[in-house]
Amino acid sequence: MEITVNGTAHEVDVEQDMPLLWVLRDELGITGPKYGCGIAQCGACTVHVDGVAVRSCQLAAGDVDGEVTTIEGLGTPDSLHVVQAAWVEHQVAQCGYCQSGQIMAAASFLDVNDDPTDAQIDANMSANLCRCGTYPRIREAVKTAAKNLRSA
Amino acid sequence: MGRVKTIARRTFLIGSAAIAGGVAFGAYWYNQPGDNPLLVNLADGDTALTPYVKINDQGITLITPRTDLGQGAYSMQAALIAEELDVELDSVMVDPGRPAPAYYNTALATEGAPFRSTDESAMAESARAVMDVLMKFLGMQVTGGSSSVPDGYEKLRMAGAVARETLKAAAAQKSGIATGQLKTANGMVILPDGSELSYIELAPIAATLKPVTNVKLRDPDQWRLIGKPMRRHDIVAKSTGTLTYGIDTVIDGMVHATVKLNPRQGGVMNGFDASAAEKMRGVQRIIPVTGGVGIIADNTWRAIQAGNAIEFDWGEAPYPPEMDEHWQVLSDSFTEERIEARTRDDGDVDAALADADVIEAEYRAPYLAHAPLEPIGAIVKVTDERADVWTGTQMPRFVQNNVAAMTGLETDRVHVHVLYVGGSFGHRLEDDVVKRATELAIAMKGTPVKLTYSREEDMAHDYPRQIAMARMRGAVSDGKIDTYDLSIAMPSVITSQFSRQGLTLPGGDSQISAGAWEQPFAIPNYRMTGYRAPELAPISSWRSVGASTNGFFHDCSLDELIHAAGADPLEERIRLMWHDDSRKVLEAVGEMSNWGSDLGPDRGRGVAFCMSFGVATAEVVEVSNTDNGIRIDNVYVAAEVGRVIDPVNFDNLVKGGVIWGLGHAMNCETTYSDGMAEQTNYHAFEGMRLYQCPKIEVRGLENGDRIRGIGEPPVPPAAPALANAIFAATGKRIREMPFDKHIDFV
Repeated sequence: MEITVNGTAHEVDVEQDMPLLWVLRDELGITGPKYGCGIAQCGACTVHVDGVAVRSCQLAAGDVDGEVTTIEGLGTPDSLHVVQAAWVEHQVAQCGYCQSGQIMAAASFLDVNDDPTDAQIDANMSANLCRCGTYPRIREAVKTAAKNLRSA
Repeated sequence: MGRVKTIARRTFLIGSAAIAGGVAFGAYWYNQPGDNPLLVNLADGDTALTPYVKINDQGITLITPRTDLGQGAYSMQAALIAEELDVELDSVMVDPGRPAPAYYNTALATEGAPFRSTDESAMAESARAVMDVLMKFLGMQVTGGSSSVPDGYEKLRMAGAVARETLKAAAAQKSGIATGQLKTANGMVILPDGSELSYIELAPIAATLKPVTNVKLRDPDQWRLIGKPMRRHDIVAKSTGTLTYGIDTVIDGMVHATVKLNPRQGGVMNGFDASAAEKMRGVQRIIPVTGGVGIIADNTWRAIQAGNAIEFDWGEAPYPPEMDEHWQVLSDSFTEERIEARTRDDGDVDAALADADVIEAEYRAPYLAHAPLEPIGAIVKVTDERADVWTGTQMPRFVQNNVAAMTGLETDRVHVHVLYVGGSFGHRLEDDVVKRATELAIAMKGTPVKLTYSREEDMAHDYPRQIAMARMRGAVSDGKIDTYDLSIAMPSVITSQFSRQGLTLPGGDSQISAGAWEQPFAIPNYRMTGYRAPELAPISSWRSVGASTNGFFHDCSLDELIHAAGADPLEERIRLMWHDDSRKVLEAVGEMSNWGSDLGPDRGRGVAFCMSFGVATAEVVEVSNTDNGIRIDNVYVAAEVGRVIDPVNFDNLVKGGVIWGLGHAMNCETTYSDGMAEQTNYHAFEGMRLYQCPKIEVRGLENGDRIRGIGEPPVPPAAPALANAIFAATGKRIREMPFDKHIDFV
């Protein structure tokens, strides 16, 4: 089947029910999306399909019906996305393993609402687990990213 | 005699050496002839060179042997070297290096010795020195115990200084200008006329020189880096998905693998039927390993799917299968024969309680998985000549020795490549995953085998935090605490952990009462007794180890007595505190939280104090009792660390520690049924979510004369501060973790 990731079309020979996460990681070598739980509880595998955040561990390859964007496609070290820049500015990461998913969740959410209330940030970012406890910095980084998106 | 002074007194013999691919500086050689009999006649191998600075034509690499688990250890270690070496952090490479005996961890052992961090007596110092030597013999290049900062604070700066001065000597030889006229900055030696010689071009000359060992560390007022906000060198990579973690690592020709192991931790496999799994797409081999099987496939998901299609006949658990039996064992352990140590016995507790209205309470803390977000994994390749191991580990030397033993290769033929990890919290102080991967790699000789545990396998084999129980008895009079007697029973976590490395713990396990017995309170009759329960489920160090349970027991019991005395929780703790630096952290959180001010209806605040790993830490938690349950509003935390190396990372680590402590106290436990852990994934082991996260205000105090690490100390006071706040808000005293067994949270 054909899957388009970060603007590049890939022909992959995989089972219809292989989760997108493992197509990305083990078939295409795109490792920004992480395996944490496999049951949509932690959000480390979050990617965008046509701009909307989805849990790639629960999305079967055969059900992918749009263009996939991973953290690598959102921005790069030389050309940071606004959300990534905010994550760098606030030095959010500790171990960093959940942060690809956190950033993808935030980018999708801020794309719809670039002036969120604190309650909206809490509601939209709580499905992503961080075991290191970087939540205070995630909140601040989301606010900074929102501000920068509004002034962009 | 303070710790820093003790280190400074030691002999440093520094050497440089040409090594493959470059010049290594800053070798640190520790010897104390005559001072300590155990140090005499040390084998040559124990004085192996220890390079922290490597320079070749590719650039300057700082070697940071303590593993970065997310706590920022690589950046911290690099900053300590760079401070004296005069290089900029964004222009050097950082590498964890290879396991070596000389990278042993002094600081970890010193806090393991059974003396209070506040006890600076000759006896305490002497015991610490013995532990030093022990750790050196064991070659424990271990990351843990909040020890990376205290361990590296002197020796990494010294390594940087020696390298700098030796490079200056090389520049003097090349230019003919005396070293006294040379300056250094940004990886360059600067001559009086302003021209520059780069460290890289000087390195070949420096390698031929006798290293300059007569160096003096700079005074803090000259520091460029330490104490100022730094940018972690991994922060961009971690914000762009470009950091390669263990699970992301690819080795040419590797196969993917997972394991299915007896979910009764340590139980045997009686048999299995893999006939269905063998036919599944991508499955290459199914190989028996210790306690189960490994599945070799061309994709991790296919391996996991195949593993789930295998039918197993598992053996029994080597521990009681049900939780009530575990609790019964603890309950039965408060006996004379099981006393591990009565480490504090002030006044006369028995006499005081004989004539008093005795207040009694029993506390419990459950087994608790580490559950870092990246599941454990390792890549191992074995050939006739060598073995290579790529993994995230807190104990590379053990990994190296164990793989050598399993493969029959000499230790120096085993190459351990330490990788970035997605959290640890103590989880990667175990190396079962490497052993299973090695078994598979031996069966697949010549092929790199990448073993990834599924989340479920990881949580089933987590080696959780110890289960523990405490009994408090006490008495009050005239508004003050008169008598406080705390008894703690738990299995020995260090014994359990050492046993898996073939080691026997010398002496007692100080963790059984750590976080309780050494608290610097002065109470007329004050007794702490640790009881060693029989071994139950296998356990291991969990962020803050013994103090993770005992800090809760000690402080909440104290809070109960303070309440019974009718005293103010903060004022009474301050009154009882004899240690000045500890009292200051209590005063700090009092000021930060505006303690005593009116919080309004249905709200409450609690304070807790715990000294662990030598760090006095106080926390105030404020909660609201809402219709939907308890909401944690604010946390104020102050910790005495001697010196904050990077205020940004310090703030992040302290907040993370508070959230770790609160989240697990709220809703996490590991329980066994039929010998199997019942919590198989995060749906049943949630911790704190962002919407539950309070506002947290952090203050680092620098009054003490010893530098301390901050990875663990914020954890122990969090749970008791929350329980004490819930009591203040609701009148309900919670004596068992997780608290959601007794009260709802928002």
